[in-house]
Amino acid sequence: MSTTSAKIAPKFEVKSRASLASAPTKISVSNLNFFYGRTQALNDITVDVPERMVMAFIGPSGCGKTTFLRTLNRMNDVIPGTRVGGNVLIDGQDIYTPGADVVDLRRKVGMVFQKSNPFPKSIFDNVAYGLKINRLAANNRELRDRVEEALKDAALWTEVKDRLKTSALGLSGGQQQRLCIARALAIRPEVILMDEPASALDPIATSKIEELIVDLKKQYTIVIVTHNMQQAARVSDLTAFFLLGKLIEVNSTEKMFTAPDQKLTEDYITGRFG
Amino acid sequence: MSNEVHRHLDEELDALRDRVLRLGGEAESALRRVMHSLAERDTAEARAVLDHDDTIDQLEVEVDRQAIDIFALRQPAARDLRFVMSVTKMAPVLERIADHACNIARAAIDLHHEPQLKYHVSLYRMGEIALEMLAAALDAFTKNDAVAARVVMERDSEINELYNQVFHDLIEMMADEPATAQRDARLLFIAKHLERIGDYVTDICELTVFMAEAAIIKHRH
Repeated sequence: MSTTSAKIAPKFEVKSRASLASAPTKISVSNLNFFYGRTQALNDITVDVPERMVMAFIGPSGCGKTTFLRTLNRMNDVIPGTRVGGNVLIDGQDIYTPGADVVDLRRKVGMVFQKSNPFPKSIFDNVAYGLKINRLAANNRELRDRVEEALKDAALWTEVKDRLKTSALGLSGGQQQRLCIARALAIRPEVILMDEPASALDPIATSKIEELIVDLKKQYTIVIVTHNMQQAARVSDLTAFFLLGKLIEVNSTEKMFTAPDQKLTEDYITGRFG
Repeated sequence: MSNEVHRHLDEELDALRDRVLRLGGEAESALRRVMHSLAERDTAEARAVLDHDDTIDQLEVEVDRQAIDIFALRQPAARDLRFVMSVTKMAPVLERIADHACNIARAAIDLHHEPQLKYHVSLYRMGEIALEMLAAALDAFTKNDAVAARVVMERDSEINELYNQVFHDLIEMMADEPATAQRDARLLFIAKHLERIGDYVTDICELTVFMAEAAIIKHRH
């Protein structure tokens, strides 16, 4: 028999997958505005990305999520006529401060793109490339060790260890994308930005990339842009919803997909947007 | 998702809502008929309730199938997820309420073969409250109204108090008139079934609160 009390209040709230409150902040963005010429692409974005967690950016095409991702390692700098305002701090250091070392920033904040883009070189040389140009390996033995380590971390080693000298272009689409992840990991970044890393892959290759993302967060802070909401739900600890250049809501992924705070988010997630 | 796809999803959710409400209506009808049968010593009505139980079981299976299809094909999220989740948990609760109505029907048929006992006002009052609660709970679910659901939940204590009263009365009667003990025991089982129905209605209200507010209040009260 159950008995009711006069006051019935919620006992359990939806909890986050990870302990979000206790995680230190890796990236802190405040009042970020971004312009392509006179067009404002990002409006007053403020968000913190906790260390060693996965944050997913979702939103309709053109909402600014990729633009925002690219502000985190100053990839937009190469586009003429762009302007950025506000602050982006990584480990407390403003990456847009005059005199900031952009090469060092991109070493620290690696990026994986939507379309895999291996160099027309061998598998080994693809992964070794960043190590060589940054002179991060003291000798050939260390170079080999770090290539192997990166390929293992990218869950590709067992598939390619016997053909390291063959062309990377002979790998499948999913393998090429993991090779690009290995190439990013080889220089030991602290943050990995992923722009729709599995959008061109079949479900099996996608599943491998997703498993890899979950595995990599033990060591890295990961920010991923995805159009696939189920993917965001599967791999991320936090989800941020962008719309028309504005950040509408950031929440734990569980909360976002079961009970978002904002109606706009709910409309988007339930597919009733627009 | 295109507008056409949204329309299909909305239609499927509406169909699921309709079906679970039909199941709720059937459970409500079974309870109403069985209490009427008990009061009026109407064996035919009690048998009709038993005969109709297969239809209710079938409805529960259909709700399950529809919900599984929506989970598999539409991957509902947020309010849609909470709705489909609530329906899948509500359907077996409604079916269980109908099962309790059937158990009452069996006890009623046995009692109708015996001389009538004293009219137990509290027992029939339990039935009335259970019916009122069930109707109001289904109404709150239909309107996605967590406030109304919480009001219904508060009424479970009324049923519990009446159950305690009926329990003591019947135990006393068994002691005073051992010859009626078997009939008293059947009435006691009926009271217990009604008390359990009150608990099940509370479960339905908890699901409505979850659906409307995403708050899990199960085991809270």
